[in-house]
Amino acid sequence: MTRILATADVEFRIALRNRWVAIAVALMALFSLVLSAAGSSATGTIGADRLSVVVASLTSLAVYLVPLVALLMSFDAIAGEVERGTLPLLLTYPVSRLEVLFGKLLAHLAILTLAVAVGYGIAAAAAFWGDPAAGAGLGALWRLMWSSVLLGATFLGVGYAASALARRPSGAAGLAIGLWLGLIVLYDLGLLSAIVADKGGAFTTKVFPLALLANPADAFRLYNLAASQATSAAAGVSGAATAVPIWASLTSIVFWPFAALALATAAFRRVTP
Amino acid sequence: MTLTLNSLTKTYGAQVVLREVSLAVAAGERVALLGHNGAGKSTLMKIILGLIPFDKGTLQVMGSAAGSAAARRHVAYLPENAAFHPALTGVEQMHHYLALRGEKASLAMGLLDRVGLASAANRRIGTYSKGMRQRVGLAQTLIGAPKLLVLDEPTSGLDPVSRRDFYELLDGLAADGAAILLSSHALTEVEARTDRIVILSGGVLVAQGTLSSLRHSADLPVTLHITPHLGAEVAVALALPEARSVAGILTLTCAQGDKLRLLARVCDLGAKVADIDVQPPSLEDIYSHFSKRAGQ
Repeated sequence: MTRILATADVEFRIALRNRWVAIAVALMALFSLVLSAAGSSATGTIGADRLSVVVASLTSLAVYLVPLVALLMSFDAIAGEVERGTLPLLLTYPVSRLEVLFGKLLAHLAILTLAVAVGYGIAAAAAFWGDPAAGAGLGALWRLMWSSVLLGATFLGVGYAASALARRPSGAAGLAIGLWLGLIVLYDLGLLSAIVADKGGAFTTKVFPLALLANPADAFRLYNLAASQATSAAAGVSGAATAVPIWASLTSIVFWPFAALALATAAFRRVTP
Repeated sequence: MTLTLNSLTKTYGAQVVLREVSLAVAAGERVALLGHNGAGKSTLMKIILGLIPFDKGTLQVMGSAAGSAAARRHVAYLPENAAFHPALTGVEQMHHYLALRGEKASLAMGLLDRVGLASAANRRIGTYSKGMRQRVGLAQTLIGAPKLLVLDEPTSGLDPVSRRDFYELLDGLAADGAAILLSSHALTEVEARTDRIVILSGGVLVAQGTLSSLRHSADLPVTLHITPHLGAEVAVALALPEARSVAGILTLTCAQGDKLRLLARVCDLGAKVADIDVQPPSLEDIYSHFSKRAGQ
């Protein structure tokens, strides 16, 4: 545990000096502010409290931003050590690769949690300022918060795996961006076009819900929108999948961080310094 | 024995990097590993550290498998071109390494002071020179009284005074019972500061022993430089017909066994000889003799 904490401490300092903490927090804060400003006009027609609506918009934001920030922080984690030549020395110390990975994860997760808390906090404050009844959405906000951290952990793990597989920061960065594009943007586009082609057939009723659960970002969106009953505020993919039970999407978002970290550990073990 | 290797072989595909290498290093012993670039020195060190696997043979570090948690607790490593994260300060980096070995963070300044880095301890490593980074590397090898130190070209990038300080540190560690395996290109400093020399050539251990035993087994010719007195040049040259004359100085070479006989002949010339200089084969000569014999 000392070794994990010491590694986390060093990683946090590095992230602080490399401005990653500032960048992550500023990014989340900025986008949350823009969202709360843009979303403040639509409340009346839906009839929900202002905070629940903000949470619905934040969910759509988090699906893109949290994985992006997580991948940006993690792609250098192992490839960077290989390139700097710091990995061989580190691995001669009595520390396991799993401990190294957990140390990095702990630091990166702390930064992500901070960024998410600041971003969502700003949006929540704006909601309370415009609607005194916004307290009704606090549960949804809390749910969004911890599920965002889980989503971040998943993509940190994915980033570490990419970093270990690529072994060079440039390759790892390319892989990370490719994964983000593939899992977050193209995956949904592919599903949508499949639904359109299927015209309500077996794919839409059987495969589609499973395909959503298989993707950590989609599962995250499903869970938050379904749980906060603000689904009507969202459109497209999520609106079409209200049939997926909450326990299924919850299982998916809890399962993925472990799976991603197992993948990262396996990839890291194959790196020969 | 702190370190024991038996018939260790390492191949990369069809290429044999290390062939049947056997070596033992005892506690308190300082062993120098010599070899050309690509002779397999760094590979051998990384195998001993457990960083890369080997194909055949056996390897034990303090009675445990190389790279096992038990072995790593006792082994310190200084990589060639020691590198650290540029955003950390020297003392932060030491804190991390101390924590990984379960030692107190408060020891960091003392260790940095031992390698002469106390004044730069709170600066970022990114601002350090190569020699200063090398000293951070040295400082981390001192953590927790290691039983085996594996040092890959430890003095590269150090100035002559720092090199001397470094070897004094090593002497102290060896006196405390640490086994030391170091590689170097600086043959003259290795000559004076290690107990045993091991020569690797093309992945094969071609020679090992003390410097005098290597010198003996190489049996390289001795060189004599003879300066005749003024006016006696012709007489001396006639008495030593096998000598070459360069700028008035006669140069002779002979096998180790003939050295005393030749000296006796020179002494017989008496007052005709002003000076005589006997030059044994240098470590460079011995080193290239063993490397060449292996077909390098």
